[in-house]
Amino acid sequence: MSLHSTEISSVKAAKAAEAEKGKDRFMIIHNGRLFALSLATLSVLFVLQFALSDYLVLALTRILIMSIFAMGYNMLMGYTGLLSLGHAMFFGFGLYAAGLSSYYFGTSLPVSFVIAIAASLVFSFVIGLLALRTEGVSFMIVTLMFAQAAYLATLYFSKITGGDQGMTLPTDARSFSLLGANFDMTSDVVRFNLAFGIFAVVLIFFFFVTQGPLGRLFTAVRENEPRTQMLGFDTYRVRLAAFTLSGTVCGLAGALYALMFGYIGSAFAGFHYSIEALLFTLVGGPGTLLGPLLGTGIMTMLIDRLSGITTAYLIIIGIILIVVNMWFPKGILGTIRERWVPWLK
Amino acid sequence: MAEVTLLETRGLARHFDGLKAVDVVDFTLNVGEIRAIIGPNGAGKSTFVSLLSGRIPPSAGQVFFDGKDVTNLPAFKRVRLGIAYTFQITNIYPSLTVLENIEIAVQNRLKPSLFGGASEAQIQSEATLAAQAVGLGDRIGDTAGNLAYGHQRLLEVAMGLGLEPKLLILDEPTQGLSDAEIKNFIEVVKRVNETATVLIIEHNMDVVLALADRITVLERGRLLAEGTPDEIVENVAVQAAYLGEPA
Repeated sequence: MSLHSTEISSVKAAKAAEAEKGKDRFMIIHNGRLFALSLATLSVLFVLQFALSDYLVLALTRILIMSIFAMGYNMLMGYTGLLSLGHAMFFGFGLYAAGLSSYYFGTSLPVSFVIAIAASLVFSFVIGLLALRTEGVSFMIVTLMFAQAAYLATLYFSKITGGDQGMTLPTDARSFSLLGANFDMTSDVVRFNLAFGIFAVVLIFFFFVTQGPLGRLFTAVRENEPRTQMLGFDTYRVRLAAFTLSGTVCGLAGALYALMFGYIGSAFAGFHYSIEALLFTLVGGPGTLLGPLLGTGIMTMLIDRLSGITTAYLIIIGIILIVVNMWFPKGILGTIRERWVPWLK
Repeated sequence: MAEVTLLETRGLARHFDGLKAVDVVDFTLNVGEIRAIIGPNGAGKSTFVSLLSGRIPPSAGQVFFDGKDVTNLPAFKRVRLGIAYTFQITNIYPSLTVLENIEIAVQNRLKPSLFGGASEAQIQSEATLAAQAVGLGDRIGDTAGNLAYGHQRLLEVAMGLGLEPKLLILDEPTQGLSDAEIKNFIEVVKRVNETATVLIIEHNMDVVLALADRITVLERGRLLAEGTPDEIVENVAVQAAYLGEPA
């Protein structure tokens, strides 16, 4: 350790010069390689629709929407280190907010979509205010409890929600026109490209969130919350920001699902979906930008293939979960990051 | 130097059940000085500075900083007023890089709220300068958890510097450092003192004598003595506290 010769005065001069330079470089993109990889991934996804069968394009559409759900979940669980067992509530909330406004008020699909996002934002903020008073295991239980209450509410008010029978959106809610173009929600091509477009927007948005100042605070809270407080941050607010962002994006995914497939039902708010978000994130790599997409893709295709071979496919899924947790707790991309590619985050 | 009070405690106390860890301490710290707090093990030094930084609430008494009563402020708000604290046990973000560790501190100062504030480029360049100021300039890309212990202690100080505090509290910073590392550390603290007041808890008397303008001695939670290094070395009560009562 050599003694550094810089004096404070020269440090100050250098600082002024650096500040000037900082103004010139108005914006810097951290982690350009990850940005390039994200763009490459998007290109591959887009081209896949020309290479895959209709069945697989439909499967990929569903994967993209569920990936948005898992990405929202990952923001809280992976980046901020808060494990929720109740995110189906946010997926279900978006689903119902979009579906019910379409069904009862006849709002056009883009309007229903925006309503659902705004409502999810408020809803997740309020739930966050309450749930974040707890930590660790209590937080898991509280989020689970909220989600179960929400699920039971969708059954209780089945006259409005359709309960577990669900509701199919009316025919005039199966298409919309925007900026002079007509979108038909029964067309596989339209559905895929819409899902792809929204997925791309969320991915790029999340790139800038996670690789920027807010993501830095999320990571700081995950890695060492007491230290983050002693660096002058109100960590409750940081966690609330992560929670709200996470819930809103999960709600967005639910809304997209409802409007695209024209069906809403309580099953989407059930515990099963909370676990799927957790499973997809764990397999792909918590705290990695592309992990949720990879995890969702692999697990969805695996379930799809296995269920064609055996009705006991959940046993195999269970074994995979155990293996991942025991030997690859950081998921596929998390393990790759740890061993070979440190910028994969 | 004009004596301007930066920090003051009045009747500050902290009890853990029956144990009076800090027992009614009136303490004053002036702007620009390096103050050392010494005392035998269990004298309440760490508890005392924890009360100053807001990590634990006092049982009684008040803390004033920069003319304001900060007794009821949570720790993160005190940091924003200019009190930086480095932990006795190294407390960094082990899986992040050196630069990222410091950037979190710098971000608090340059971009305190989510919207507005400094650009990422400014945050990055100031964090780099803080790393250079403690001699970690060529290690900013290293993972903090992989650094040698001495470097991790310096990283702690760099994070404190990133905040540009008015008061930097160092809790036993040289514990576990080699002699060469301690020598460098003393230089770093002297440089820090050009812009900040320093309060240092230290066992190593060589470090204390090399740095401190004044020394405060705590014993059993009470203020035993206070004075210049020479006065303290000569002080009979201090000698008794350290070496036992004379026969």
